[in-house]
Amino acid sequence: MSARPRPWSPGRERDAARRARTAVALTVLTSVTVMTLDAGTGEDSPVEPARSAASQVFGPLESGLSTLSAPVVTGVDALVNVRRLKSDNTRLEREVATLRTELARSEVDRNRLAQYDALAAVSEGSGFRLVPARVVAVGPAQAFARTVTIDAGTTDGVRPDLTVVESGGLVGRVLRAGAHTATVLLAVDAESVVGGRLAESMELGYLRGSGDLGGDGLLHMNVVDPTVDPEPGDAVVTWGSRGGGPYVAGVPIGTVVDARASAGDQSVTARVEPFADMSALDFVGVVVGPQRQKQRSELSRVAPADATDPGGR
Amino acid sequence: MGLLRSSAVGVLLVVTVTVQVGLFTHLSIAGVVPDLALLVVVAAALVRGPVYGTVLGLVAGLLVDLAPPADGVAGRWALALAVAGWLAGLARGEARQSAVATVVTVAVSSFAATSLYAMSGLVLRDPGVTVGRVIEVLPVAVLYDVAVTPLVVPLAVLAFRRLDPAPIRW
Repeated sequence: MSARPRPWSPGRERDAARRARTAVALTVLTSVTVMTLDAGTGEDSPVEPARSAASQVFGPLESGLSTLSAPVVTGVDALVNVRRLKSDNTRLEREVATLRTELARSEVDRNRLAQYDALAAVSEGSGFRLVPARVVAVGPAQAFARTVTIDAGTTDGVRPDLTVVESGGLVGRVLRAGAHTATVLLAVDAESVVGGRLAESMELGYLRGSGDLGGDGLLHMNVVDPTVDPEPGDAVVTWGSRGGGPYVAGVPIGTVVDARASAGDQSVTARVEPFADMSALDFVGVVVGPQRQKQRSELSRVAPADATDPGGR
Repeated sequence: MGLLRSSAVGVLLVVTVTVQVGLFTHLSIAGVVPDLALLVVVAAALVRGPVYGTVLGLVAGLLVDLAPPADGVAGRWALALAVAGWLAGLARGEARQSAVATVVTVAVSSFAATSLYAMSGLVLRDPGVTVGRVIEVLPVAVLYDVAVTPLVVPLAVLAFRRLDPAPIRW
């Protein structure tokens, strides 16, 4: 197989082949062992320490890279536009480029500010105490999971099984938290199950992610009571569980697109379009519990007495 | 291999994985990003052969498995990239002689790694992995890996040649 520029010798060739076979067998065995250890034991997996060590290393790197690349990412659009304008004269071209870069940047800044404001409004309106965070890394579609890294961790009060929201609505929940970063499972992931309530009828159901990769996936809501007929446009909010984890009550999730009753298993499945734009997440908020350290300035909670549903206590 | 070289390779892998999840998400096609770790493993295997390729694939895969926001069972990318590294190492004789052979090697390795990862998901009952979705993702992943090959693989090959000017010929 391997055509090497050296005299062929049968012994060496056989030796090399044997060594290659051994190496492949060992690596395959190793990875299968790791899988078995990690898959069999769930939460107390022996791989978990390695995972948190990896998040200690990769978390800050991902946050740093995201900060560094932000101006470049905004600038790339502007550069593409410059090339398109090359037929015009160079002076205009340069002017356009500068203006466009500025515009793109201020646009992003303005959007970020708007998202931040909206997040603060969510905090005020709902009585949730939110820790703001930015999405710094996104899992690839090849991994068949919808997870993101955010730049807030245990030092900011973030811990596993906290609700993550965007100004629009529910984003997902914290899977695991490192010191300065945390991994969030998006509600659209195929493994995500959220208890939801139809606002109109107060009926309960479970929303599962469709796991659609790339764009915004729809959520599939199995309504508990098969006699309920969810109308398109009905709002769905989180149902919440005791202790507010993993999802606090009263967070808007999305609106019903359509509903279908399946005669076979006597259930109603509604497709729900999430409010949060899962493919363009930037600023998110983590709903923190009461005992939280004050390392990161929190968005203040205004007039909790007026809030109709304080939810996460 | 010296400690210095090993740590240089380690740093290279960490940087690669960080860039893959942190920077390339802005360039994703339908959520698919180029598998930079795979390309580095392939490049290493082309320089150093199947044994080195499979071991580096294991290490790089474990990093991809553990680095946030990766979730799910660890060891799946490790298996996928180890096999990809071994395959690329087998083809290094041909790949050395022509650029086309290198591209074909990348395509085969990328196909093998992505589908092995998907298959391990099917075996472990990962609800995110369905046959339909695999068929959707696989061609995009392979084509995207091939598309960035000219930018990444020659650089990585150069880096691994530099790290070890006179490789032990296994």
